[in-house]
Amino acid sequence: MTEKEKQKRAVVSVVGKDQVGIIAKVTTVLAENNINVLDISQTILQDFFTMMMLVEVKELSSLDVLRTDFERVSSQLGLKINIQLEDIFQSMHRV
Amino acid sequence: MTIAFTEIQETIRMVQMESLDIRTVTMGINLRDCADSDFSKLNKQVYEKITTYAKDLKAVAEQVEREYGIPIINKRISVTPIAEILGSASKEEAIELARTLDRAALELGVDFIGGYSALVHKGISKGDQTLLDALPEALSVTERVCSSISVATTRTGINMDAVRQMGIIIKQAAELTSDRNGIACAKLVVFCNPVEDNPFMAGAFHGAGEGECVINVGVSGPGVVLNALKKHPDVDLGNVADIIKKTAFKITRAGELLGRVVAERLEVPFGIMDLSLAPTNAMNDSVAEILEEIGLERVGTHGTIAALALMNDAVKKGGAMASSYVGGLSGAFIPVSEDNGMIKGIVDGALSLSKLEAMTCVCSVGLDMIAVTGDVSPATLSAMIADEAAIGMINKKTTAVRVIPVPGKKEGDMVEFGGLLGRAPVMGVNNFSSEKLINRGGRIPAPLQALIN
Repeated sequence: MTEKEKQKRAVVSVVGKDQVGIIAKVTTVLAENNINVLDISQTILQDFFTMMMLVEVKELSSLDVLRTDFERVSSQLGLKINIQLEDIFQSMHRV
Repeated sequence: MTIAFTEIQETIRMVQMESLDIRTVTMGINLRDCADSDFSKLNKQVYEKITTYAKDLKAVAEQVEREYGIPIINKRISVTPIAEILGSASKEEAIELARTLDRAALELGVDFIGGYSALVHKGISKGDQTLLDALPEALSVTERVCSSISVATTRTGINMDAVRQMGIIIKQAAELTSDRNGIACAKLVVFCNPVEDNPFMAGAFHGAGEGECVINVGVSGPGVVLNALKKHPDVDLGNVADIIKKTAFKITRAGELLGRVVAERLEVPFGIMDLSLAPTNAMNDSVAEILEEIGLERVGTHGTIAALALMNDAVKKGGAMASSYVGGLSGAFIPVSEDNGMIKGIVDGALSLSKLEAMTCVCSVGLDMIAVTGDVSPATLSAMIADEAAIGMINKKTTAVRVIPVPGKKEGDMVEFGGLLGRAPVMGVNNFSSEKLINRGGRIPAPLQALIN
């Protein structure tokens, strides 16, 4: 994979109190924005729902749109949703 | 190569709970080609060049900040030392140029612009003297202009005539802003061995060896280091160093990545990454608290220098591996007013001015953001500068003095500077005079350390 293509992957992280429909609502936002999910992992830590998703981002500008949509979901469900380009994690945690 | 769950969580926690941020993305701009014998032309060219080169700095930095989820706190500009382009301008024109820089900074939305500077470590040229004469007023009529004056280097010795002038200038700058606790002095640094690519204020300037335009980055992260240490309360000092090293590595990598992306999008070369740990007044974002976590009841007590030396060295070792181009000041900052732990140390009587001086032997940068009594004499201020310069000169390192003689305040008072500059307890100075030493003038010869060829 070239450097340019790598840049177009982002990590969506979701943290909050466990409840029905978190994955559904978050993935709906992604689907509505035509964003492909590459990897997904989820766990419950002491009653806290945590999910990480690796998604494909075609245009950097779509990140801003996603962020606005996620804000709606996060205030509705009381969650914390972040979306960050993947390279930051590669840089910080891989030599 | 996939990223582990825990690693993603660690990064998010660093940003959201431990104040990890990129402290500053600073654009260095060369202004030499703006020089002109006609001042109005020079003035216009300076404004136009800065506002053209940096027009997208803020927007691009904010965009990158959003995409990567790591805040970039300050966007700043450093320029060619202004004394070098002043030529035969008058004092009034030099003040006018400071206003122009201020206006450019305001227009661009950057919080500080550094480089209202002069390098006078060996001698004072005509332009240098004009800038020195203009300095107190220039700093008091502007909000965002920062100045640094180099008065000593290891290779040249200490220019004591410049040191004498700086005591007077600091005093005047404080008095001209007496209604705002002498805030003009918070924007003025006196250096020994300054560096040309420092991204941090107030000491940033775009040095003679630099290119046309460059992006330099400074990270922060005392909070992250502090939290990492808290997880291992009982390990030995070798492991303490190791934990700091690993944390510094991660912080630096984040900074380097964001810096490079900003530079690439602005189509400007990436210069350096400054590894300094820079504290803020945010909760738990203190360098002093790291030293206390290592094992001091209060910063300033016996053992402070040892803990600081360990920490400073570990930060460099971790950072040096994380970045291809390390530069700037790269060492822990210990500004008093911007660090809650340092403030507490002074209020509790654990930390004194002499201990602060001693601490500067093992870290960057010097007596930084220290408020002293308003009635201090210019000669005493000069002597403080001379002491710091001597430490830097002999140890071949950068040292600096940024002290604020707060008008009308006495030892024990607390003064507010506001914003990033914070608040500081006013410290007393030694009451015995240094007048004779300062009035002798001349130059302290370069030390034996300078003869390395």
